[in-house]
Amino acid sequence: MSMNTQGRPTGIGAIGQGATGSALLPNEPLLFEIGDTKHSGVDLPDVEISTDRLGGFERKSALDLAGLTEPEAMRHYVRLSRLNHSIDSGMYPLGSCTMKHNPRLNEKTARLPGFADIHPLQPVSTVQGALELMSELSHWLMTLTNTAAVALTPKAGAHGELLGMMAIKAAQEAAGQSHRNVVLVPESAHGTNPATAAFLGYSVKPIPARADGTVDVEAVKAALGPDVAAIMLTNPNTCGLFEPQVIEIAQAVHDAGAFFYCDGANFNAIMGVVRPGDLGIDAMHINLHKTFSTPHGGGGPGAGPVVLSAALAPFAPVPFVRKGENGLELVEHKEGNALGRITAFHGQMGMYVRALTYMLSHGGDGLAQAAQDAVLNANYIKARLGHVFSVPFGDYPTMHEVLFDDSFLKDTGVTTLDFAKALIDEGFHPMTMYFPLVVHGAMLVEPTESESKETLDHFCDVMLELAGDAKAGNKDRFASAPAKAPRRRLDETRAARTPVLKWERTGMPKAAE
Amino acid sequence: MRYLPHSEAERAEMLGAIGAADIDALFRAVPRTALKSFDLDLPGHSPEFLVEAHMRALAGKNRAAGDGPFFVGAGAYRHHVPATVDHLIQRSEWLTAYTPYQPEISQGTLQMLFEFQTQVVKITGMDVANASLYDGSTGTAEAVLMARRLTRRSKVVLSGGLHPHYRDVVKAYLKDDADLECLSASPEGQGDILDHIDEETAAIVVQTPDFYGHLRNIRTAADAAHAKGALLIVVITEVVSLGLLEAPGALGADIVVAEGQSIGNALNFGGPYLGLMATRKEFIRQMPGRLCGETVDAAGQRGFVLTLSTREQHIRREKATSNICTNSGLCALAFSIHMALLGEAGFTRLARLNHARAIALADALAGVPGVEVLNKSFFNEMTIRIGKPGADVVEALARRGILAGVPVSRLVPDDPRVANLIVLAATELTTDADIAALAAALTEELK
Repeated sequence: MSMNTQGRPTGIGAIGQGATGSALLPNEPLLFEIGDTKHSGVDLPDVEISTDRLGGFERKSALDLAGLTEPEAMRHYVRLSRLNHSIDSGMYPLGSCTMKHNPRLNEKTARLPGFADIHPLQPVSTVQGALELMSELSHWLMTLTNTAAVALTPKAGAHGELLGMMAIKAAQEAAGQSHRNVVLVPESAHGTNPATAAFLGYSVKPIPARADGTVDVEAVKAALGPDVAAIMLTNPNTCGLFEPQVIEIAQAVHDAGAFFYCDGANFNAIMGVVRPGDLGIDAMHINLHKTFSTPHGGGGPGAGPVVLSAALAPFAPVPFVRKGENGLELVEHKEGNALGRITAFHGQMGMYVRALTYMLSHGGDGLAQAAQDAVLNANYIKARLGHVFSVPFGDYPTMHEVLFDDSFLKDTGVTTLDFAKALIDEGFHPMTMYFPLVVHGAMLVEPTESESKETLDHFCDVMLELAGDAKAGNKDRFASAPAKAPRRRLDETRAARTPVLKWERTGMPKAAE
Repeated sequence: MRYLPHSEAERAEMLGAIGAADIDALFRAVPRTALKSFDLDLPGHSPEFLVEAHMRALAGKNRAAGDGPFFVGAGAYRHHVPATVDHLIQRSEWLTAYTPYQPEISQGTLQMLFEFQTQVVKITGMDVANASLYDGSTGTAEAVLMARRLTRRSKVVLSGGLHPHYRDVVKAYLKDDADLECLSASPEGQGDILDHIDEETAAIVVQTPDFYGHLRNIRTAADAAHAKGALLIVVITEVVSLGLLEAPGALGADIVVAEGQSIGNALNFGGPYLGLMATRKEFIRQMPGRLCGETVDAAGQRGFVLTLSTREQHIRREKATSNICTNSGLCALAFSIHMALLGEAGFTRLARLNHARAIALADALAGVPGVEVLNKSFFNEMTIRIGKPGADVVEALARRGILAGVPVSRLVPDDPRVANLIVLAATELTTDADIAALAAALTEELK
């Protein structure tokens, strides 16, 4: 084993359990197995300080943080990155997640110093361009939804749901209706909906789906009563279907004195084509990271602005922007019945910049075209696969995503999970599995508008080939998949049973120490 | 439209394959009154250079922190982010991946999260950390709810030194709950939260350095809370301080929440930021947010997965510990890369440098006639009292090109005790020339 000038071992296989010599091997040691506490990739002066003003609270416990020099860090994170599937490297048809192309112009504009290097608490007179951007984004969101107000600050979709339901709660309290403690949630809803309602102390009453996968206005009417605060309805719903009775449902909900919270996670299917305000919604969050292409980043950050009807607008949280005598003002303290503040500062500015850049690039016409292409693509997949895959709800055309169940796999011994893992070996990210819960072994495929016909055809060819192979009894291909990914199937039971949530020194002295 | 691959001919061909007469046929479920029943009053699509020009014009109306002397902190801090960090987080494989629900093809994100959790554990001195929350303020509200679940008690006391926005977020989450006690602003580090703990108390929330920059005694707070069976939640808005100050875990904290923006993330006018949360291992199952854990694959190779998800909304629905789903993955990556570049040596030096710059700032401010520095102790931030309203002076200094900090009245309105206070921060980016310019301009303004 050779040593570099810093006394650390170098070369293939010298460190940890990975083979670090080849960039193409799917193993990379942990940061803590490569670095040590002495090395750093940042040059900073080592200043002498007096501890007089630390009140006796200087750190005495060990930090034990591994450091890497810059070339080591570059290699570590580039190698790790290669273990990820991404939109840029292949189709990512995750239903409900909307993995569309992330334009790089958005990244460029978000990094302009006038956006990235401004502080949320610097004088408002020095950030007029930022407030203008927030107003412009608000204008687009309100125009696309035909609503009276928008609260920009929620940090993600679930945070938007929380805000929207808080606004509903506040409105009902102001109207002397605080006894309303039930929220109706269709069974096909995202898990965040019941979690949000429960978070606010509501009890959740599930609404069963009709045989066609949509919500029956009669079922809603039957569930409504003086104790119902709101319905949380996703539209288009999680089966990929537009709720045909949505206007009647809104009417019934309003007649019963309740509010209509719309989960707008699937707004991308109808932007520029249908305005939710015309359907009677009172509040709806819009996931900027789905509909308006701000990158998902391996799990966030997102942004979940909430559009509000005139009835709920007075309950919007702070801060918000309004026109004042000396230009735009930021209202930072709650007035009247407003909710107050649901996050420090002003929300996800970095996401606002990206989303507005995306909107301006598309224009109103391009957004409508994108929605229509997304719907076209999903229906094309449905048309090409529908004769082999089982479509539980086929009465209506699907919207931006198409739902299959696992009945086509009956008696093959292949599960939805196996099937999805086999797709990995063909170079695709699996579709969403086992969601929504209303069908058995759900496979929810969302191609988005970003995929070309060629890619869709290839995807469909692969899906058909896999289905044929499953029916032909080639179980092993599925049970052993994935075989071509950086890892074989991972033992999730073991991970949960004996949680190892951080790296710890094993007691084996490292070669360099 | 440059982002849409189909030609009109392909669209027609696909409609034919579907058997639809036109695109509207696919929207057949939409009530007729609502389908394309409007003219969108929005501009049409636009080429890249025009969009960029529009955004540059908006950005140009803002005064960037780097444009001149800058002392604004109060929960968001301007630090240098190495170029490597921003380069790496823009790699497609990081930027355009989803939440790692398919672990076999998400090991990059998962291993990074495992490393991130380990880094957070090490700096906080706790047993376990999650894979991030939205930001420090919402993390604080989540911690309060978690403490209530753990203790099955409801009273929560917020220190007067807690960031006023954080207090407001907790109030909104708890909906003005009668069991929430918010102590009044304590700009001089006064106010003894210890007198407010009783047998009904689920948790006390103490920030250090506090909003006004004072370092609070965590050990004393922990002992007092534990004596009554309550939990101590420690909040940190400037995570760089942990390179110099004792880890809350070593002082008895039960839950630590921090705003991680300072490491790896730009100011971004307030977001996206990065909520850090760490706790004791016996509390894991009440912790909100995603957790990444180590396991092995079918071939016996080490690998990582999201785990203990029976706490989460997508499994537990209305019984989840939180409704959180999307969090701050890419911000966590930026934090983790920056922290790896720093390492213990760099993180310690960075913290010492911040403190040294703050000492220089405090000494210069103390020398300005009419300025009283309120802090006996601080890390990189302090509060001054002057003879005029802080908001007016900050505005006047902005006109002179100096962003001189945050007037406390902006966050705590209608409290005459804080009207003349300004909170100022220094970081490694604060130069002697910046400090001299501030001192000279402040001397002028206070004449």
